[in-house]
Amino acid sequence: MKLRLAHLYPDHMNLYGDRGNVLCLQARCRWRGIDLEVVRLGLGDPFNAAAYDLVFIGGGPDREQVRVAQDLTEVKGRALKEAVEAGVALLAVCGGYQLLGHHYRPAAGPDLPGLGVFDAYTEHPGPAAKRCIGNLVAQRNGMMLVGFENHGGRTYLGPGSTPLATVERGFGNNGRDRTEGACYRNAFGTYLHGSFLPKNHRFTDHLLGIALERRGVRDLLTPLDDTLEERAQVAARKLALEPRKRFPWSDQM
Amino acid sequence: MLRTARLLGAISRRSGRGGGTALPGLLVERVAPGLVSDLSASLPHGNILVTGTNGKTTTARLIAALLQHAGLRVVHNRAGSNLLRGIAAALVQGTAAGNDRGIGLFEVDEATLPAAVGLVRPRLMVLLNLFRDQLDRYGEVDTVAQHWRSALTALPAGSGVVLNADDPFVASLGRGFPGPVTYFGLDDPGAALREREAAADFVECPACRLPYDYTLTFYGHLGHYRCQNCGSGRPEPQVRATSAHNNGPAGTAITVQTPGNTVTVNLPLPGLYNAYNLLAALATGAALQLPEAGAAAAIESVRSAFGRGERFQFEGRPVVMLLIKNPVGANQVLRTIRDEPGDKNVMIALNDLTADGEDISWIWDVDFEQLAGTTGAVVTSGRRAADMALRLKYAGWFETHRRDDAGVTRPTVLPDLEQALRTALYQLPSGATLYLLPTYTAMLALRRILSRLGMVRPFWETEG
Repeated sequence: MKLRLAHLYPDHMNLYGDRGNVLCLQARCRWRGIDLEVVRLGLGDPFNAAAYDLVFIGGGPDREQVRVAQDLTEVKGRALKEAVEAGVALLAVCGGYQLLGHHYRPAAGPDLPGLGVFDAYTEHPGPAAKRCIGNLVAQRNGMMLVGFENHGGRTYLGPGSTPLATVERGFGNNGRDRTEGACYRNAFGTYLHGSFLPKNHRFTDHLLGIALERRGVRDLLTPLDDTLEERAQVAARKLALEPRKRFPWSDQM
Repeated sequence: MLRTARLLGAISRRSGRGGGTALPGLLVERVAPGLVSDLSASLPHGNILVTGTNGKTTTARLIAALLQHAGLRVVHNRAGSNLLRGIAAALVQGTAAGNDRGIGLFEVDEATLPAAVGLVRPRLMVLLNLFRDQLDRYGEVDTVAQHWRSALTALPAGSGVVLNADDPFVASLGRGFPGPVTYFGLDDPGAALREREAAADFVECPACRLPYDYTLTFYGHLGHYRCQNCGSGRPEPQVRATSAHNNGPAGTAITVQTPGNTVTVNLPLPGLYNAYNLLAALATGAALQLPEAGAAAAIESVRSAFGRGERFQFEGRPVVMLLIKNPVGANQVLRTIRDEPGDKNVMIALNDLTADGEDISWIWDVDFEQLAGTTGAVVTSGRRAADMALRLKYAGWFETHRRDDAGVTRPTVLPDLEQALRTALYQLPSGATLYLLPTYTAMLALRRILSRLGMVRPFWETEG
C-alpha cells in the first residue's frame, strides 16, 4: 500500500520542529507496512488536487509568510481547496493554519489574504502585544492534545468552521474563547507544535485513518505499541499544569 | 556596594548553591546599573565581546589563552554566565586589583548584544554564527539578525569586527562596515558534507531574494556560497583553515593561514565546530596583532569548557559530557560521537527551563537518525525525558539494535537526573564510553552530582 503526502513549502515553513510531524507520519506508516511517499512542494510548484492522500503545511517566520500567502492564493490555492472539498486529510500548524483562514493581519503592514479553507481570520494585536507562548493542553471529545504554542496572531472562528479542541491550559486560538484550532471537512488547523503529531498519536492515527478510508483500506490501521507516546503525552500535560514559579537568577545556576 | 557583591558571590559558592557567578551580577545590575560601564571603561586594554549561537564559551576560552600568552590580564565571564549580570559579576570580581594590563573579554547572549555594546563600548566584536535557537526566548533568526545590525551601528568609531565568512548572515554584516573587518573561514573541501542538514536555515541573497548556491557545506548553513544572480557571496577570509583533520578523541589537527603565518594546531577539542572556534580565536589575535609565536602552544593547553567535551573516568571507564542546546550544535555533537571509535552508551538529559528554552520542539530538527543502530544502552532523563525517548524512537534507535539479538530494545526513561546518571554509569560495560548529552540546566545539575560523586571538580574551582 502506498500513500502520498504533499509537504507544502518545506524550505520556507519549517519552524519549531515541524519536520517531526512528517517523520511521525512516515514512521507510523512504515511500522504498518504502508509506504508513505513525501512530495516536497515549494514556491511556484503546482498542486495536483487528485495526487495526494495527505497534505501538511508548517509554520514560518513573518518574512516568509508574505511569499507563501501569495503562492497559496495564486499558484496552489484553487487545486488545494478542491482537494479539501474532496476530503483530503490536511494538517496546518501555526503560520500555515493562519494562512488557510480568510486573512492574516500582521503586527505591521498590509493584510495578507488567506485561502479561506477555514472560516476564520487572524489578527496580530500589534508589536506591543505579548505573544502567546507556552505549553498548551486541549481536549477534543475525550482525546487529549498537548504541545507548545508560540504565536503573535489571534485567530477567531466563524460559523463555517468548528474548533479542533477546547483549551485546558494555554492560549489556543486567541486566549479568550478557549477554542484551539479549526476543522473543516478533513482539514485541521492548530497552534500546537512540539512537534504536534508524535505526542498526539491518536490524532495522527485519526489523520492516517481518514487517508486509508478514502482508499478503502482502513483495516491497514493496525494497533502499535504506543507506550512511549502515552508516557510523553501524560508527562507533557503534567508539566503544562505545573504552577509557574521562577526566580530571575535561577536559570543561571 | 562592590564589597557586598563580592561577598555575596563567596557566600553563594560556599553554600554549594552554584558557581556564584550570576547572583552578585544580578545585584549590581539592579542596584547600580552604571557600574558596568564605569568598570569596563577602566580597563586599559579595552573590551572584546564574543557572541554567536554556538561556540561562545569555548571561543572566549581560546581567546583568553591568546591574551594571557600576550601578557594581558583577562577579565572574563568564564563560567558561561553570559547574560548582562554575568558581565557585571566578572567586572566586580576582576577589576579589584590595580590592573594596568587588564582587558575585558565577555561572551554575550545573542539577544543581549545590543545592550552589552551600549554598556561595554567594545574595541572588537567577534560574531561566530547565527542559527535557530530557543525560538520562544530569542524570537526568529531574522529578529536576532536585526539586533546585530543595530548593535554594529552602535559600536564606537574605530572598533573592529571579526566575522565568520562561511555564515552568510554573519558575513553580510561586514559589507559597508566602517571599521576594520577580519574574516575567518574554512577552506578544506575534505571537511564538507555531501548534503545540507535538515536544521540548516534557508539562506538567500538579501538583495535578490534567491537561494544561495553552495559549492561546499560544512554544517548548518556554513559553507562556500554565492548568489547566481548578482554574484555576491562569501568574502575571502584573512584567517583560513586549509585543513581540518579529526583525530577522534584526541581532538582535531587544524592548519591555519593568518596574514603573516601558517600554523598547525592540535586542538584538544573534537568536532568541526571547534575548528571554527579556533579560527575565530586566531582571527581575533590577528585583529589585535597579538604575537603569533607560541600561540599554538597556548591554545593547545586550554581545557574544554565545562560540559563542552569534558572527559572524566568512572571506575576506569571513559565518560564524555557534550552540551546540546539547539539543532545545529546538537548535530555537530552527534557527528563527533559517530566519528569516534568504540562502543557507545548514551544518556540524553532534556530540560525545558528558561535557560534551556521551554519549547523542546527543536529536538525534532536534530538528526538523531545519524546514530541509529550504533549505540548501546540508552538512558533519557530530565524534565522532558519521555519526549526525548520518543524522539529517539522515531529516529529509529530502538528498531534495529546492534547488541540485542531480539532486534529491539527500549530506552531507560528516568526524569530524575541523579537516578539516571547512576543507572547510566552502572550500565556502562568496560571498554565502552558513556556520552552524556545534557541541555544547559541539566548540564549544571549533572555537574553538581558528578562533583558530589568526586568525579569532577566544581566548575567555579576550575575557572580560576
